Amino acid sequence: MAKTQHTPRSAIRGLPKCPTGIQGLDEITGGGLPRGRPTLVCGAAGSGKTLLALEFLVRGATDYHEPGVFMAFEETADELAKNVASLGFDLPALIRRKQLYIDYVHVERSEIEETGEYDLEGLFIRLGHAIDSIGAKRVVLDAVESLFAALPNMLVLRAELRRLFRWLKDKGVTVIMTAEQGSGTLTRHDLEEYVSDCVVRLDHRVADQVSTRRLRIVKYRGSVHGTNEYPFLINERGFLVLPITSLGLQHPASTERISTGIARLDTMLGGRGYFRGSTVLVSGTAGTGKTSLAAYFADAACRRGERGLYFAFEESMDQITRNMRSIGLNLQPWLDKGRLQFHASRPTLGLEQHLATMDKMIDTFRPHVVVIDPITNFVSVGEVTAAKSMLMRLVDALKLRQITTLCTSLTSADGALEHTPVGISSLMDTWLLLRDLELNGERNRGLYILKSRGMAHSNQIREVLLTDHGIELVDVDLGPGGVLTGSARLAQAAHERDEGAARQQEVGRKQRDLERKRAALEAQIAVLRAEYKREAEGVQDSVAELQQREQRTQLDRAEMTRQRKADKAPAVRRAPRVHAKGGRQ
Amino acid sequence: MSMPRRRVSTSAPRSGRRSARSAERWDLRLYVAGQTPRSLAAFANLKQLCESHLAGKYHIEVIDLVKNPQLARGDQIVAIPTLVRRLPPPLSKIIGDLSNTERVLVGLQLRARQ
Repeated sequence: MAKTQHTPRSAIRGLPKCPTGIQGLDEITGGGLPRGRPTLVCGAAGSGKTLLALEFLVRGATDYHEPGVFMAFEETADELAKNVASLGFDLPALIRRKQLYIDYVHVERSEIEETGEYDLEGLFIRLGHAIDSIGAKRVVLDAVESLFAALPNMLVLRAELRRLFRWLKDKGVTVIMTAEQGSGTLTRHDLEEYVSDCVVRLDHRVADQVSTRRLRIVKYRGSVHGTNEYPFLINERGFLVLPITSLGLQHPASTERISTGIARLDTMLGGRGYFRGSTVLVSGTAGTGKTSLAAYFADAACRRGERGLYFAFEESMDQITRNMRSIGLNLQPWLDKGRLQFHASRPTLGLEQHLATMDKMIDTFRPHVVVIDPITNFVSVGEVTAAKSMLMRLVDALKLRQITTLCTSLTSADGALEHTPVGISSLMDTWLLLRDLELNGERNRGLYILKSRGMAHSNQIREVLLTDHGIELVDVDLGPGGVLTGSARLAQAAHERDEGAARQQEVGRKQRDLERKRAALEAQIAVLRAEYKREAEGVQDSVAELQQREQRTQLDRAEMTRQRKADKAPAVRRAPRVHAKGGRQ
Repeated sequence: MSMPRRRVSTSAPRSGRRSARSAERWDLRLYVAGQTPRSLAAFANLKQLCESHLAGKYHIEVIDLVKNPQLARGDQIVAIPTLVRRLPPPLSKIIGDLSNTERVLVGLQLRARQ
């Protein structure tokens, strides 16, 4: 990825550069070595000079279509090929494809007798022939100083070397000359006097029983360059100068959101989870569920059909998968399908080695999400500043590739919870804090979002429950004494339940009372009705009796009148029948 | 004076005494780069020296690397001119224009080192 990166530095300089293709070196040189000019690479024995030079040619041939000539003064072509085969450099194949030409120049002092004047035209011819036969654009002269041991005449040799570099410049090839470091000088034979454009110095030192290789651009005429000593590694892929990427903030920012693997946590993060390509820090004290959160995050990625890479620095893969099964998370299918990859190791190696390993794995596996569990362990390896700078580079490298990263960080129980040991929180986009909530003699897990850049997020503390069917986030209770979790929360809930039940009972009782009252009243009504009915019947009876009696009285009176032959009396009108009868009379 | 293109041989025809005298057969190779004065001088010096010390049993092959640059690898040629004693063994190389006859003879092991 470093190859396609261009730092702005290189753009503003007119000096044409020849990219080395070596990870990291092009960044600190602002695009590569001076094109068409020689560069001196010096350093002690075993510092990696030959490898750097050889990789320059191999990368040039494979990545930039620039064939190269390697003129070896110390090792034969076979030896070279064997030495770098483990780095994946197939020199014989490159030679067959005419992308590489190796010429082993060997001058045996004991076989040589000097008689009269001579020059090194033979060397020129060999080099010229090599360059022309494959159209080389790059040339390496490895350990050219061995000529000093082989040839007796220093004056001739120096004059010829000067002529050689001038000749190479005329040829327009980019040259690396390697030379052994002298005591107090850059090179043993002051070869730096021939190469004035660019000098790179390699160093290999041991401090605290940890060996570190370092590289420094001593000089780079006409170009801005990094002046620090940069650590470098020789790993399975070759040379690697750190920083892998320059610390540029040029990574794209995605608006895509991806799930955290826990629905409730998604909800807390504006309902949609993390931003893709963001960096998430999960910090917390021991046993707060950091790894579980991380595993769910990886699982969610695999569910989406993406690839996840899990760097475990404290537990083995088996241990993590077993433990996750206990909370209802089976990672095995993803491992089988190749969507999930674990890399478990103890961080005993140097920081740079780690970074390099991780970088390589990321490059080959091309994951969508990465878990680093925990980042805290890096601090145990190196100094805090070194760890921070390493993580910064790692975070940058990951962001550049749009990889969403979740890092866990162990905070010590007695320290401030928000103190991350490497002070890396500023590198993180989202920070979830897991903390113990101690109350009433028990300890529960609480989670809250300390920050989440660029999205609305919940400010609530949630209790984390690790159940046998997964992680659950539940609301905490805000009791009178503060946040309630665990059994206190359950007790509160029970209490509320009891109260509710009591209220329910009360309602029931009142309803029943009312019902009873209604029934009683209705019974009374029925009695009254019955009474009324009785009374009404009584009244009717007496009315009928009275009417009968009246009739009889009328009849009696009429009988009496008839018998007395009395005349019409007006008073009889009240009894029409009687009147009528009387009218007929 | 000009230099022969490729081979100068003053040895007698190889058939006949070859088996008996093969140990004394001198096979020399002179590497030059173009017809420079130094190359011409080297060839002249060599020729003269061979005639006086190895008459009849030497064979000089002149290789012009300007014309055949690929041949420089085989004998590990760096300096020009270089004279290679291929036979009799051991292989030895003498660099320079061969103007110092004493040292050429030492280099060819025709004279003990002083």
